[in-house]
Amino acid sequence: MTIVLTIAGLTLREAVRRKVLRSLAVLTVLLLSLSAWGFSRIDAEFGGLTSGESKLIAAMVLNLVMFGLSLIAALGTAFLAGPTVSGEAESGIALAVLARPVRRTAVLLGKWLGLVVFGTGFVAVAGTAQLLIVKLTTGYWPPDPVAGLALLAGQAVALLTLGLLLSTVISPMASGIVAVGLFGATWIAGVVGGLGGALGNASVERIGTVSQVLLPTDGLWRGAMRSFQDPSLLSQFSEAFEGHPFLSAAPLTGTYLIWAVAWTALVLALAGLAFQRRDL
Amino acid sequence: MWASGLRKRYRRRQAVDDVTFTVARGEVVGLLGPNGAGKTTVIKMLLGLVRPDAGEIMLLGRHGTDPASRARIGYLPELFRYQPWLTADEVLRLHTRLAGAAVPAAEQRACLGLVGLADRAGDRVGGFSKGMQQRLGLAVALVARPELVVLDEPTSALDPIGRADVRDLLLSLRERQVAVLLNSHLIGEVERVCDRVVILDHGRVAASGTLAELLGQRELRLRLEGVTPEAEALLDGAARDGDAFVLPIRDPDDVPEIVAGLVKLGVRVHAVEPGRITLEERLLEVIRAGEDR
Ligand SMILES: Nc1ncnc2c1ncn2[C@@H]1O[C@H](COP(=O)(O)OP(=O)(O)OP(=O)(O)O)[C@@H](O)[C@H]1O
Ligand SMILES: [Mg+2]
Repeated sequence: MTIVLTIAGLTLREAVRRKVLRSLAVLTVLLLSLSAWGFSRIDAEFGGLTSGESKLIAAMVLNLVMFGLSLIAALGTAFLAGPTVSGEAESGIALAVLARPVRRTAVLLGKWLGLVVFGTGFVAVAGTAQLLIVKLTTGYWPPDPVAGLALLAGQAVALLTLGLLLSTVISPMASGIVAVGLFGATWIAGVVGGLGGALGNASVERIGTVSQVLLPTDGLWRGAMRSFQDPSLLSQFSEAFEGHPFLSAAPLTGTYLIWAVAWTALVLALAGLAFQRRDL
Repeated sequence: MWASGLRKRYRRRQAVDDVTFTVARGEVVGLLGPNGAGKTTVIKMLLGLVRPDAGEIMLLGRHGTDPASRARIGYLPELFRYQPWLTADEVLRLHTRLAGAAVPAAEQRACLGLVGLADRAGDRVGGFSKGMQQRLGLAVALVARPELVVLDEPTSALDPIGRADVRDLLLSLRERQVAVLLNSHLIGEVERVCDRVVILDHGRVAASGTLAELLGQRELRLRLEGVTPEAEALLDGAARDGDAFVLPIRDPDDVPEIVAGLVKLGVRVHAVEPGRITLEERLLEVIRAGEDR
């Protein structure tokens, strides 16, 4: 257990000391200030958010910005997770560490834990800052911010776990790129599936459903969006929600959440197995 | 430390083939062999970094598959880096923690001092030169009070003073009854500090034994003139090498008697060179024999 915590601490320190954190911070500040300006414009145009319509727009733009945040979190952690195992094996950093009396699974779990703390911490801080910006500029406060941020963090965790698995089997750069590519592909598949649903085309709709099962990032993201939008909007503007990429109509089921957790555990276990077998 | 029947195959290349050897407490064992002989692969298998295809390993009384067997082992890899974003101090702290050893900070500092990095303790490792990284690697290998130290080419990047330091360090380890497995291409170094040597070639143990065993008996080179048949009888067992006789001898104290005997028989003695084949010659011999096969 001390090994897991030691490695987790080491991973966090790496994230903080390397340029990752700085570039993440710059991107985030950029996005937040852009959104602050955007929301103040919305408020000015609509003269206060009393009408449902402006609320709809606020929720939509909030989701859009949250998507940007989740993208930063996902990309950041994926590019942190991608190089860890394979990069350290290539550079020889792993040799001295793994020659110590440590189990490889403990080392991997430590890395995972460190990355999870990092990703979750980022989502919590940047997400809260974003929600406060919206509150201050427009007065809008989402119905379930904690669940929404938790789901966003879950999305980052799912993706970084995938990145970790990839990095135990393929090269550092490739694993980051593949993880991010898969992330983008499921998001698009989710949008396509949503359009299929709107058009009543069952086979197109299935694309989204299947991809959300294969990689739960998009499903979790849709759940998060729902927590950020006012429930009254759905009854008021039900047609706007059909096939919209930044509005979510369907609630997240408990089964899906359980699947997402099981999926993450499964991928992590696979990563452990692959790492255990790897020659350095 | 004890390894038996180690084998490892990389795709179609048999990197290590049935390697068996031991290192006892307080013993310094040299692992020699040409490039690609499988030395590094053997070391990595000992430390659980590479999975052997076959064979068994015991480390300090535990089975090699048990991570706890590595609790008292220090290792300096051949190609390595340490976390470049950490300082030298922090690297040592990390390794004592991973080893589960309670080493006070002062002792860790002393360990850095031992390898000549005391004044760089607070600097990031990323900015270290190759030789400084190797010195740090030595400190890492020694910091957790090891009972077995495995060094894979510890002096490849070191300056002459650093090499001499490593030699003293190895001798002091032996005094403290620490076992050492040393892989090095610097034969002089190995010859000076090692008790025993294992020579690998093409993944197999080509020769092994104590230095005395490996280097065999001493010899005497004689340049003579007017060798009579009686004198030849006295030189029984000598080989001709050009105009010289090479006579194997058991004891250097026999030399005066041999010379006196030859002179008494009227042989003119031009030169007498006592000799012993060097480890280098022996190594080349073993490797060439392997090439001929
Ligand atoms: N990861 C690997 N993948 C494929 N082949 C490998 C790998 N590691 C080692 N080998 C092969 O195994 C053989 C032994 O390599 P090893 O590194 O053990 O040699 P060595 O004795 O340490 O050589 P050197 O003196 O150059 O350090 C070589 O033929 C090498 O090509
Ligand atoms: Mg080598």
